[in-house]
Amino acid sequence: MRPLKVNGVVIDDTFAEAFGMRATAIIVTAPNRKWARQAAISMTGFATSVIACGCEAAIDVELPPAATPDGRPGVRVMLFSVSTDELQKQLVNRVGQCVLTSPGSACYAGLSGPTELKLGGALRYFGDGWQISKKLGGKHYWRVPVMDGEFLIEATTGMTKEAVGGGNLLLLADSSAKALLAAEAAVEAMDKVHGAIMPFPGGIVRSGSKVGGKYKGMVASTNNAFAPTLRGVSKSELGPDINAVLEIVIDGETSDAVAAAMKAGIAAVTALGPEKGAKRISAGNYGGKLGKFHYHLKALLP
Amino acid sequence: MSRLTFTLRHAPEERLDLSALTPKGLARLDRKAIAAIRIGQSKRGATVGDIFRVAGKDISDIVFEGGNEHFDGVGTGLDGGAVRVTGDVGARAGRAMRAGNLIIEGSVGPHAGSAMRGGRIEIFGNAGDHLGGPLAGELAGMNGGQIVVRSRAGDYAGDRMRRGLIAVLKGAGDYPGARMIAGTLVVLGDVGDLPGYLMRRGSIILDRPPKKSSPSFVACGAPELAFAGLLDRHLIAEGIVKRPLLGPAPNRLGGDNAVLGLGEILFPAK
Repeated sequence: MRPLKVNGVVIDDTFAEAFGMRATAIIVTAPNRKWARQAAISMTGFATSVIACGCEAAIDVELPPAATPDGRPGVRVMLFSVSTDELQKQLVNRVGQCVLTSPGSACYAGLSGPTELKLGGALRYFGDGWQISKKLGGKHYWRVPVMDGEFLIEATTGMTKEAVGGGNLLLLADSSAKALLAAEAAVEAMDKVHGAIMPFPGGIVRSGSKVGGKYKGMVASTNNAFAPTLRGVSKSELGPDINAVLEIVIDGETSDAVAAAMKAGIAAVTALGPEKGAKRISAGNYGGKLGKFHYHLKALLP
Repeated sequence: MSRLTFTLRHAPEERLDLSALTPKGLARLDRKAIAAIRIGQSKRGATVGDIFRVAGKDISDIVFEGGNEHFDGVGTGLDGGAVRVTGDVGARAGRAMRAGNLIIEGSVGPHAGSAMRGGRIEIFGNAGDHLGGPLAGELAGMNGGQIVVRSRAGDYAGDRMRRGLIAVLKGAGDYPGARMIAGTLVVLGDVGDLPGYLMRRGSIILDRPPKKSSPSFVACGAPELAFAGLLDRHLIAEGIVKRPLLGPAPNRLGGDNAVLGLGEILFPAK
């Protein structure tokens, strides 16, 4: 059977396998765009994978002043975790250490849903009795006095149980530079999809993993089937012309958001073509038995 | 179904208690039973039928065609739907309201919105004293919801207010926000003496510096407050102001330090 090609880029007949997750979102604002982004970048640092970070988090979209509750520049940050308790803990710790501390910041709910997580309801105690409770337009806020004025934070934010984590694309190229170029193009396109984040550094993972390993206690270990240097010594998925593989992992507020992001990524990579970027696009799965959500690449072609 | 309309036949000669004429109070009453409700508060004891011509059926949308300062307790305990009066009303309009809309196209007497917990009251004319305030013996005044007075409020607006928002667009008398427990009181235009007198917590928002504030309020400078932006946008969204009132860094007076001292008076920095 001839392989499926789009603009010369081979599309594997496979699927990405993803899992149900819990997700929440907040809107962080600041006096200017730079500091809104800085607060968000700090709070989403070390939040690449639930394997060891507790949550996966990144900036979803930047918001212009007109789209934020207080009329200042802001960003929407999404956090994903496997349990409600862990998500709650990560949210409060990260907002408390990284947003509360960031100059001029304020923090609002970025998601409404039937389940609520504590936000200001937990962090208000920093005010040591001088915190001010405010209810405006059906929403509850806390104003916490701090050294540059006040930290304004909404009491709660919403949580969704419909979120999906682990959508992915594998971009196979004949050099590291081309793989990186393809991955960067994909991430740039996927960034425009609302409700989806790519939690790894710059959205890109170079150390894709498989479940388990030969050492006891390892939850995940190197994805040897896609490691070019192991082509000769273990069962490989790579042809002789592939020298670098980069992965993009996608978490979405909904399954549709993950599919839309993957579609945008595939479109960007195929538009770049095999000469400049990736020769082949594949996806990671576990045989289809572990994850509830399957994203077939064939169904997501541009 | 057409809205239930009470058209005033003639000016009442006694005070009227209209607290029963709400969607809840009129539920399952036919036209005859409604006309028989006694509303007069003197020994005359006028009934609805004596004072009003009743038309329409939809009890969730009640209109009083014509108002009078003897109309007491309009919209009492309203928990949904709408009540509108095309003229003035008397005391305790919207008392203990929980939800819904009460619109008074004229002026209201004292204690409008007293013990209110939710819903909206809009008053196009003036409001009397103790807007949103407690009746004698009650511990707290307004406890939620929103009151907008398009003209002027009397003394003690927002007295002992605990939660919610009151906005007065053309000035208020003395002691606005007296003894506030919490909540937000916005006054555009002149305010009388001692705004926030003995307030514990809560926010009084003014469009100009208070002329005579209590010496137990202290200036807290004009730090940048994200809350000011949030409130400005809320007030614009609610149609209370057209452009931002406070700006990003309003002046702040903290008080009343004669009591708890966790309240504030905010006004734009010039």
